[in-house]
Amino acid sequence: MVVFDDVSFAYGEQPVLRDLSLRIDRGQVVAIMGGSGSGKTTLLKLIGGQLRAGSGRVLVDGDDVTVMNEAQLYGMRRKLGMLFQFGALFTDLSVYDNVAFPLRERGRLPESVVRDLVLMKLQAVGLRGAAQLMPAELSGGMARRVALARAIALDPAIMLYDEPFTGLDPISLGVTGQLIRELNDALGGASIVVTHDVAESLAIVDYVYFLADGAMVAQGTPDEVRNSTHPFVRQFINGEPDGPVPFHREAEPYAAALNLERP
Amino acid sequence: MSAELIVGPDTLQLRGRLDAGGAAAIWAQARSAVTAGCVVDASGVDYCDGAGSALLFDLIQRGARVDGLPERYAALLADLNPDKPLTVQSPKPHGIADELADFGKAVTSEFTLTMAFIGVFTADIARIFTARGKIRWRNGFAVASSAGADALPIIALVAFLFGVILSFQSAVPMRQFGAELFVADLVGLSLVRELAPLMTAILLAGRTGAAFAAELGTMKVNEEINALVTLGLDPFRFLVIPRLLAVALIMPMLTVCAEVIGLAGMALVMASFDVPLATSLHRATAIVGFSDFFGGLGKSMVFGFFIAAIGCLRGLRTGAGAAAVGESTTRAVVSSIVMLVVVDGLFAVMFYILGW
Repeated sequence: MVVFDDVSFAYGEQPVLRDLSLRIDRGQVVAIMGGSGSGKTTLLKLIGGQLRAGSGRVLVDGDDVTVMNEAQLYGMRRKLGMLFQFGALFTDLSVYDNVAFPLRERGRLPESVVRDLVLMKLQAVGLRGAAQLMPAELSGGMARRVALARAIALDPAIMLYDEPFTGLDPISLGVTGQLIRELNDALGGASIVVTHDVAESLAIVDYVYFLADGAMVAQGTPDEVRNSTHPFVRQFINGEPDGPVPFHREAEPYAAALNLERP
Repeated sequence: MSAELIVGPDTLQLRGRLDAGGAAAIWAQARSAVTAGCVVDASGVDYCDGAGSALLFDLIQRGARVDGLPERYAALLADLNPDKPLTVQSPKPHGIADELADFGKAVTSEFTLTMAFIGVFTADIARIFTARGKIRWRNGFAVASSAGADALPIIALVAFLFGVILSFQSAVPMRQFGAELFVADLVGLSLVRELAPLMTAILLAGRTGAAFAAELGTMKVNEEINALVTLGLDPFRFLVIPRLLAVALIMPMLTVCAEVIGLAGMALVMASFDVPLATSLHRATAIVGFSDFFGGLGKSMVFGFFIAAIGCLRGLRTGAGAAAVGESTTRAVVSSIVMLVVVDGLFAVMFYILGW
């Protein structure tokens, strides 16, 4: 349902994605893994059309996002649901209204149906009791779960999750993982999970892509990943500081930064 | 307890707490006392944090040898080992040519973005008139009440003050010619043609334009705008259009209020100069013509429209972080007021040519 074909993208002169190709089929949950700043979030924005690829094609449900005009993009986005890294709840609406928002704006459902749907989605994320709270009264993890309920309110065919597991307690973590899997299986859509959480995502996904420096370095099913001897994959899933991925961001030599170079 | 430095021949003795405060206190002295090959006795150190290890590191780099540093602080010192680079990104040196180039780029991108904003806006306005029911009237009413009704007290206050000051200041000299009756003409015309629309617009720019910029800016920073986009809703039609229409429509109403209250203030002052209320109000209404009144209202509508547009534009263009919201708010108010001056000048020219 989502295909990247030789996609490159740069912010100004700084390349973020390089000749990236990947493919997510109907019914699949796919994880995109990589260190911070490897271009994972950019990849999601390319799918949503908030950013346009410098070269290559991005196909969503068969249509090329890179050549769509504004109106077509808005039409295409109705097939997408997105969970933002920090929730991005509407701060002046209550939890209930946040989840009801897409239902009210996009559908012409009677209010009683909206109500049932909202409560159902909140029940799914375990926050039916928080329906009347305002986003400011929620903890980070709760806000994320409300955002998840809002993202799935319209049961979109393609779900994009930006770091769904960060900052969740172990119980919510397991429940959220299961929820992502169940939703995808029930709707027969496709889900893309951008994540750092190796254990949780390997448990629920069908396929994993590893990104480093904007390029695809490895891919495989969870079993292949677990048994992989690829140095990058080994380093990533075992969390070792030394390996192909430098822990440190590129910088001038440490010695120079500490003013050690004296004449 | 703070840090202590005892300087001996070829030895430095460090004692006490090597924290940010302690290290800073002895830093200059230690630096000047250290020589290549001297020994720093750190056995008396009973606390050493990052600042302390930076001091030790600095001394080592100057050729000293550290002795007797308690084992548990060794890891901190090892963190400064140049073999494991930390992250420091040094900014590129900037010459005047670069600055000029950046400025030019900023101006051109600002220009293209503003043009794009106007283009999108015009297209959307056109669409509103073709496809009905797309405007979110409910949001519009909420904005109209907060930007309009809630602004009434402050506008009333300032308008009253305008009327009082203007009439009093002109009445005193005009009385010397026995012409205080004409104060009503003067104040009436200037309020209706210029001052009421302008004053209301400036208040609205500070109140509502700034609020729009801050509100949309915060939504941008919180990714709420992004969330709208991914829900398939155009933030322009959703957030900007209702605000523009609401403000453009309430501005003339506020201006009328300001005019009435300003004239009332004038009449009160004139009453103290022994001109009856009825007389001064009659003179004012007689001198102000149809074109003056509607010219002023038309102008205020255009003002309101631009104030809302600038506020929304600045808000949607907000960068990342809290400082960016503050910056867009400031810029919204400043550019609104500059816009008011320019547009008012254009109106003056237009009215002059039309002979109004």
